[in-house]
Amino acid sequence: MARLTIPEIELMRPGHSACPGCGATLAMRYLLKGLGPNTIVTLPACCWTVIATSFPTTALDVPLLDCAFEATGASVSGLRAAADALRMRDVTIVGFAGDGGTADIGLQALSGMLERRTDAIYVMYDNEAYMNTGVQRSGATPLGAWTTTTPVGETSRGKEEPKKDVMAIVAAHRPAYAATLNVAFPEDFLKKVQKAKDIRGPRFLHVLAPCPPGWRYPPEKTIVIGRLATDTNIFPLYEIEAGRYRITRRLGRARPIAEYLEAQNRFGHLTAMEVAAMQAEVDARWKRLLELEALA
Amino acid sequence: MVQLVISGNYAQSYAAKLARVQVVAAYPITPQTQIVEKIAEFVASGELPAQYIEVESEHSALQACISAAALGARTYTATSSQGLLLMHELLHWASGARAPIVMGNVNRAIAPPWSIWADHGDSMAQRDTGWIQIYAESNQEVLDTTLMAFRLSEDPEVLLPAMVTEDAFFLSHTVEPVDIPSQEQVDGFLPRRRASEGIRPGTPGRLGSFTGPELYAEMRYKVGQAMGRAADVLLEVEDDYRRVTGRDHGGPLPTYRAEDADAVLITMGTASTTARSVVDDMRERGGKVGLAKLRVFRPFPVRAIRELGARVDRIGVLDRSYTFGPMGAAYTEVAGALYAGRSRPLLRNFIAGLGGRDITPTTVEAMYAALLTGDGAEVDWIDLKRKREVGANG
Amino acid sequence: MMSYETVEDLPEAPLATRPSDRITTASWRTFRPVIRLEACTKCYVCWKFCPDVAIGIDKAGWPVVLLDYCKGCGICAEECKPRAIDMVKEG
Repeated sequence: MARLTIPEIELMRPGHSACPGCGATLAMRYLLKGLGPNTIVTLPACCWTVIATSFPTTALDVPLLDCAFEATGASVSGLRAAADALRMRDVTIVGFAGDGGTADIGLQALSGMLERRTDAIYVMYDNEAYMNTGVQRSGATPLGAWTTTTPVGETSRGKEEPKKDVMAIVAAHRPAYAATLNVAFPEDFLKKVQKAKDIRGPRFLHVLAPCPPGWRYPPEKTIVIGRLATDTNIFPLYEIEAGRYRITRRLGRARPIAEYLEAQNRFGHLTAMEVAAMQAEVDARWKRLLELEALA
Repeated sequence: MVQLVISGNYAQSYAAKLARVQVVAAYPITPQTQIVEKIAEFVASGELPAQYIEVESEHSALQACISAAALGARTYTATSSQGLLLMHELLHWASGARAPIVMGNVNRAIAPPWSIWADHGDSMAQRDTGWIQIYAESNQEVLDTTLMAFRLSEDPEVLLPAMVTEDAFFLSHTVEPVDIPSQEQVDGFLPRRRASEGIRPGTPGRLGSFTGPELYAEMRYKVGQAMGRAADVLLEVEDDYRRVTGRDHGGPLPTYRAEDADAVLITMGTASTTARSVVDDMRERGGKVGLAKLRVFRPFPVRAIRELGARVDRIGVLDRSYTFGPMGAAYTEVAGALYAGRSRPLLRNFIAGLGGRDITPTTVEAMYAALLTGDGAEVDWIDLKRKREVGANG
Repeated sequence: MMSYETVEDLPEAPLATRPSDRITTASWRTFRPVIRLEACTKCYVCWKFCPDVAIGIDKAGWPVVLLDYCKGCGICAEECKPRAIDMVKEG
C-alpha cells in the first residue's frame, strides 16, 4: 500500500541518543535496512558508541559488538573467522566506524582486513572530524574546516591539509567492491548496500554523514547539505567494482561549492580567494574521477 | 599417547591442535614464531581445521580473538615481550568482555635495549589485566597447562582469558621429551565450547556497552569474583587432568622439601629446576632448605602463601623481572599476602636472571645463604655486575 | 521491570539486551512537527529521512509523528515537498 522507495524494515530502534538531525543515524538506519536481520555489527569508539545508548539498552535489533578504537578491521576479521568456523550460514559481518577510527587510528587494521580479503563489509561513516569527543580534526576533515584543534585565528585558517582520500587507499587494496554513499540519497544508498551484501570478499562503503553541531548548521538542513555535497562534486557518488569506476549520480552541471560552504559555519571564515582555490581543486578531482571512469 | 622430543613452542602448538581450537589469530615475534608456524602447518595439512587469521599486529591479533570468542569460537594466540605489551589495551578488553581466550606467552625481555632473552617483565607488566597467569617450568608442563587452560577459561564459573608462559629459549627452543595425550583423551577432558554470554546471530544484544558511575564498579567486581572462583575451578580441572593423563603439576604453589626447611625460595619458571637441584645439593650437605614454585600467579594463591608463611621462618622471592617499583612484582604480591597472615617470616627479594642471564646454581646458593644469615638488603640484585673486577691487567 | 542496580542484578558479561524503545527523547525538542494531512501526498519522504525513527505509517497509510521519540530536528518539515509539515513551538 505505502509507496516506499526503500525497504520498510527497521532494524535501528528509536530512543537512541543521537543529536537531532544526525547523519550518522541515517547511515546506520539505511545500512541495516539493506543488510537485513542476519547481520552482526561491530563498532569502535565513535559517536555510535554513545548513540547506541548506555547499559542495559541497545538501539540495534541486530547483535552489536563493541571493539577497541584502532581495531575495527581486526574485529571484523575475527567475527568472520568465527562465523565460518561455527558454520553460521549467510550471516553478514559489518564493521561500522567513524572517519577518525578508520582513516587515522584504524587505518592499519582496515588495511589488514582488506589485504586478508576478509569476507565482510566495512562502513566508514564520515562526519569529517572526531565528533564524539567534541569536533577535533581528523585526517578526513576537509581543507579549511574549522574544528576545535584547527581553529581560526591569526596564524590559522582552519585545517591546512586536504582531506585524506580514503577511497583511493581502499582502492589500492583491490577490494571486491567499494562505493561512496550519501544519506541524502537513500535510494542510491540502499541499492549499493544490497549490491554489496551479495558480493563475496572485502567490501568498503564510504558514507557521508553530515553533522549539525560539528559542521555548524541547523539540524533540519542535514539532507539539504548532504545533497549539496554530491551535487557540487565535493562528494561524488561512485562505485568501484573489479577495479572499474562507475559514477552513480551526475547532474548535467555541478552546483558551485560556495553554496555548500556557505551553508555551514565551519567554513564561515573562508575568503572568496580561498573558495576559488577550493573550487579549482574540486573541479580537478572531478575531472580525474571522470578519467578513472573512462578507463573502464 | 605418544612421546615426542619437542620444544616448549611446539608443546603449545600441539596443545592448541588437541584442544581443537577454531580460530587462531597471531603475529610473529621472536621467540614465539615456531608456535604459530607449527599451527599453520597443522592447518595447511588439514590436521587442524581452524580459521587462521594472518593479522597485521598483535593488537589486531587479540582483537580478532576477542571478537571470535564473543561469537562463540574457541580461540588461541601466542606472543611475547613487545607483542604482549602492544596487546595491553585488549588484555583488559578480553577479561572485561569475559572472553575465554588461551594465549601462550614466551617470557622475553622488554626494550629498550632490544633483548630476545628470557625475562618475566612482559607478563608481570600485565598482572593488572584480569588474565589467569600460569608460569610453566618444563615443556611437558607447557603442554599440559595449555590444555588445562582451555578447560579453566571456558568454565561457566570463570569465563576469563588465560595465559600460559614459558621462558624464552630455555623452554621455547629447547627440546625435551613430552608425552602427548591422544585426541580421544583430550576430547574426554575438554568438550566442545559451550555457548557463553556473547553475541549470537539473530539475537539482538550489545556486548561491551558503556556505563556511568552507577554501575562500573559492580561490573568490575564481577570480573574479580570470577577470578576468585578460578582458583577453586583450577583445582578441579587439575584433578580431572590427572585422572586422564596421570600427570599433576601440583596446583598453584607446589613445594619441594619445604616442610622442615629453615629457608624456602619462591621461584617462577625454569629457575625452579635449577633451584630444585640446589636444594638437593644443600640438603646433602646438611642445609635445611626448600623450594616453593609459584606456578599460578593469577589468581594469586594467597592461602597457599600464608600456609607457607606459617611453616617457614625465612622466605626469599626470586623475581626474574624488574617492574620499576621499590620491590619486585612477585615479592610485593607475596609480602602483601603475608602481611595480614598469622605470621611474619623474614622476607627477601632477589632480582636475578634479567634479560636471559643464566640463573646458575651458584646464584641460587647465594640466595639461600643470604636467607639463612638474614644479612643483606631487603631487595638484592644478586647477580648484578656492580663494579668492574680488577684483574691481572689493571 | 527489574532494574540493574547491584552486582547480583548484572549479567556475567557487559551484555546489554534491552531495546532502547523504553527511552523517550521527547523532552529534547523545542519544536514539534505537525502534519497537515489534507496537504500530505503520502510520498513518505518524512518517514524516509527521520533519523529518530519517529515517523510511523498508520493503517490508512498516513504518516504519524511518534511524539515519544521525535527530537524536533525539523528534517521532515524541511524535506516535505508539498510543505505539509509545520514545526510548532512546544509548550
